[in-house]
Amino acid sequence: MTFALIIISALILGCAAVAMALRNLIHSALLLIGSWAGVAAFYLWAGAEFVAFAQILIYIGAISMVVLFAVLLTRQGDAPEPVEFPSLSRFVTGLIAGGGVAGVLIGAILGMPFDVRTAQSAPALSVKELGAQLMGPHAVSLLVIGLLLTVALLGAVLLASDRRPDQPEDTP
Amino acid sequence: MIIAAIDSYLEVAPLAWRDAVVQWCPEPTQWLVHHLITIVAILAVFGTLFAFTPLAERKLLGRLQNRLGPNRSGLPWWQNGPKLWGLTQPFADAVKALTKEDIVPAAADKLLHFLAPVLIVAFSLLTFAVLPFGRHLVPVGLDAALLYFFAAGSATELAIFMAGWASRNKYSLLAAMRALAQVISYELPLILSVVPIVLIAGTLSLQDIVLAQGFWTFGFLPHWFVFTPWGFAGFLLFLVSALAESNRSPFDLPEAESELIAGHLTEYSGFKYALFFMAEYFGLTALSGLGVTLFLGGWQAPCAFLQFIPSWLWFMGKVIGMLLLFIWIRGTLLRLRIDQLTRLAWQFMVPLTLINLGNAAFWSLTAGWTGPLQLVRWGVSLAIIVIPFVLLGRRLSAGRHPRTYRYAAS
Repeated sequence: MTFALIIISALILGCAAVAMALRNLIHSALLLIGSWAGVAAFYLWAGAEFVAFAQILIYIGAISMVVLFAVLLTRQGDAPEPVEFPSLSRFVTGLIAGGGVAGVLIGAILGMPFDVRTAQSAPALSVKELGAQLMGPHAVSLLVIGLLLTVALLGAVLLASDRRPDQPEDTP
Repeated sequence: MIIAAIDSYLEVAPLAWRDAVVQWCPEPTQWLVHHLITIVAILAVFGTLFAFTPLAERKLLGRLQNRLGPNRSGLPWWQNGPKLWGLTQPFADAVKALTKEDIVPAAADKLLHFLAPVLIVAFSLLTFAVLPFGRHLVPVGLDAALLYFFAAGSATELAIFMAGWASRNKYSLLAAMRALAQVISYELPLILSVVPIVLIAGTLSLQDIVLAQGFWTFGFLPHWFVFTPWGFAGFLLFLVSALAESNRSPFDLPEAESELIAGHLTEYSGFKYALFFMAEYFGLTALSGLGVTLFLGGWQAPCAFLQFIPSWLWFMGKVIGMLLLFIWIRGTLLRLRIDQLTRLAWQFMVPLTLINLGNAAFWSLTAGWTGPLQLVRWGVSLAIIVIPFVLLGRRLSAGRHPRTYRYAAS
């Protein structure tokens, strides 16, 4: 079991490291998707079946497309531009931003009271129990997230629909 | 009595054969052999089915168009031998695809160009793992099987993107964007059309969903979900979305021959092209299997007295029926334009699937109604879905008649 965990973590960290080192943004994005797949494999290893499949469906199916489209649509010019030579100011800002995120994450992890058990002893939660938990004690957070996503969707529709109604889509 | 014994043996025969082989192997390798046999069985059965589906498609399309279809290929080295009605055509096609030159553009991203067809076939095969093929034949009995199915299917978008981008051809990339727009648009109604089933059955496990449909009224009226108002509407919505998801006609514009030469597959040739083709048919078969499982009772027999036929035969028969229906649709309907396609998805299918979800909620709330209230239940449920269908259809098609041709000479 530990051996599998080592392989999975090597996959996640390796993909992330190579993604940072590469100069081609599309390759980096694809490796980032590989890293997400590794996270899904970790969830499977930990016995969280539902979360693992949701991770694949949402991250690899949907968010990957957002990332790839963003890379394709925001790049100027047709040739893949090499990223500039790293200067001191870039290094410092990168360090500050990365360090800030890392600090927040490490603080959150350390502040979390983890219930440490071995993988075998922890009973896997069935989907039904998960649903009951989400709809019962955690219903408020589910509703808040749903509202947030609905607002985001409406905003996207509003941004995209600047076309006048008297001008149909297929007008040249 | 004898019939019952044979029936129960046939029912478990594939499992019994597998266990016999596993017993014969040494102890430490037994788990590996156990899974390998399952994988090989799936590959063999659906590989064979894949080989003959295009042949059936060509034959059937030929007959629909008053032609004969392929009927020439006989046996090799036997010039005047029997023609076998062209049944050896798939093998000739396979040899042709294997021996064709594999051309990779000089500017292409070689690794991604190679990886895209591999990825798409691998993920389309993964979806077969959770389908319940029979009463005892479930390769992987997952609690969240339905979610797994869609998770495995979602990686095809990634492969389409990789194929279009790695070809380093702007037409391939544009076509990949079109294909992605279609696949992403129709994934929403596809998943939403399945949610009512989960709501009624109360489970994501495909085997439990099949078991929930295993009842008969008077012994011959099956309780399949398709025979309820919400289930029938859901089945039709699922069918249209499945057609669009698997790039089948009338939604086959990502690779339409006349408009864009094979779309994102332009720079693929030889066996890599055949792999994309294979993935398309595997995806279609898997979606047919899912549709059969969710709406058409899975491996359940249509009548109680027909249960003596093994359940896996019922499943395969229903899947083949669905495939023939898809071929029939291809021979009948005209291809859509891209704006019509996305409009259909977002303005028609998505609202209807959401309304159908509410319909299923009504159905599950009124499960206790009996006697004359049962008629009211059916009527209300029917009205919930038919009235929005008519109103939405009228509103969307208003002002679009008669059709005018702006660019073509009339």
